[in-house]
Amino acid sequence: MNTQHTREGLTEHELHALVDGLVSRAEADELQGRLRSDPDLAATVQAWRSQREALRGLHGELLREPVPAPLRAAGDRVAARHGRDQQWWRWGGVAASVALAFSAGWLVHARWPAAGPQFAAAAPARSFAHQATVAHAVYMPEVRHPVEVTAAQQDHLVQWLSKRLGRPLRVPQLSAQGYELVGGRLLPGDDGARAQFMFQNAAGDRVTLYVGAIRNGAASSRETAFRFTEDGPVPGFYWVDRGFGFALSGKLPRAALLALATAAYEQL
Amino acid sequence: MNQALLLAQLPGLRRYARALTGDLWAADDLVQDTLERACAKWTLWRVGSDLRAWLFTLMHNLYLNQRRSAPAASARVDLADVEDDLPGETTPADVGLDLDRCLQRLPHDQRAVLLLVALEDMSYQQVATVLSVPVGTVMSRLSRARSRLRELMDGAEAAMAAPRPVPLRRLK
Repeated sequence: MNTQHTREGLTEHELHALVDGLVSRAEADELQGRLRSDPDLAATVQAWRSQREALRGLHGELLREPVPAPLRAAGDRVAARHGRDQQWWRWGGVAASVALAFSAGWLVHARWPAAGPQFAAAAPARSFAHQATVAHAVYMPEVRHPVEVTAAQQDHLVQWLSKRLGRPLRVPQLSAQGYELVGGRLLPGDDGARAQFMFQNAAGDRVTLYVGAIRNGAASSRETAFRFTEDGPVPGFYWVDRGFGFALSGKLPRAALLALATAAYEQL
Repeated sequence: MNQALLLAQLPGLRRYARALTGDLWAADDLVQDTLERACAKWTLWRVGSDLRAWLFTLMHNLYLNQRRSAPAASARVDLADVEDDLPGETTPADVGLDLDRCLQRLPHDQRAVLLLVALEDMSYQQVATVLSVPVGTVMSRLSRARSRLRELMDGAEAAMAAPRPVPLRRLK
């Protein structure tokens, strides 16, 4: 293993981990302290940090603009191929064929139409997502009481919240992304009680998973596509599945949030 | 594999492909080829495993294959070599253009590592998995990439900061 040491005894790994924010606050302070006596290396870390920020701003418009129709269609084929595309057919024949016609025929404009089978589901889901981000902002800064029941009593936590929400809940495992469960709490909601699970990584960053019943307007559209929201105090991804809303919120870049939301989705 | 989940990956794939290839046309082609490969190889994805990492791995392997079979296509006029001769004021857009151009001047294996870490927030271990190299290799490529990009950007800034009269030179 290559552990090239720099003048200050910082390994290559530590140097990059410091730049990329992959260390805990305590470790970062310690490393930063060691850098103080090596101004050249400290300058390098600073330069690499700015470089990282500049890179993260590159081609941001590609994240925000709609995906061109041919790519969307190719993506649809992958999902269909895997054969687990149940919600597509659950919309019912007419709605599905309308959506298919749009995706196949919309060649001139790359814009996906806002009106469509999902439109009726959008407003309650969006409001749910917004409430998730507000709840995140309220509890995230808490040092002593971030949660009501801690991860030490995870079984009890899950049992309790499942009972109150009226549906068996599961806590996703986010340790592959570096996040551990802190605990959870019960919150009020429009269509019944809601649950908030909080996760934290080594650097102290926190994300929350917000779960609860959503009563959509249109009975047929009980599933919402994976959506990104930037309206609230923090960004997040949200989706609706069989009458329940799920929202993953945190003050993280989109790619990191997507990785976490994807992992949560796949397990819930 | 949920359709919505897959579609949510596409913007990130496009952006990474754009930064990797330096060209939106080539990028969208690469993403398209990746999705077609994902279709053909769909049995290789295990339900519950990391969909994003799988797609990036497929895309990276395709990118390497493309480079191997069409090396001439990647040889373009390097504008940085002639930009001293081009007049103009620096705008914020120019800085982005510079970053993009300087990135393209990195060897592709360094560029890939830097982008996966900085753009996609992948851990070093995840990057190692996507690129099928040891973590140690990821770290050394990352060091070279960051150092080299810094040199290139400093060089580009210096060129911008010192406006000179445009000499008349014939472009070959």
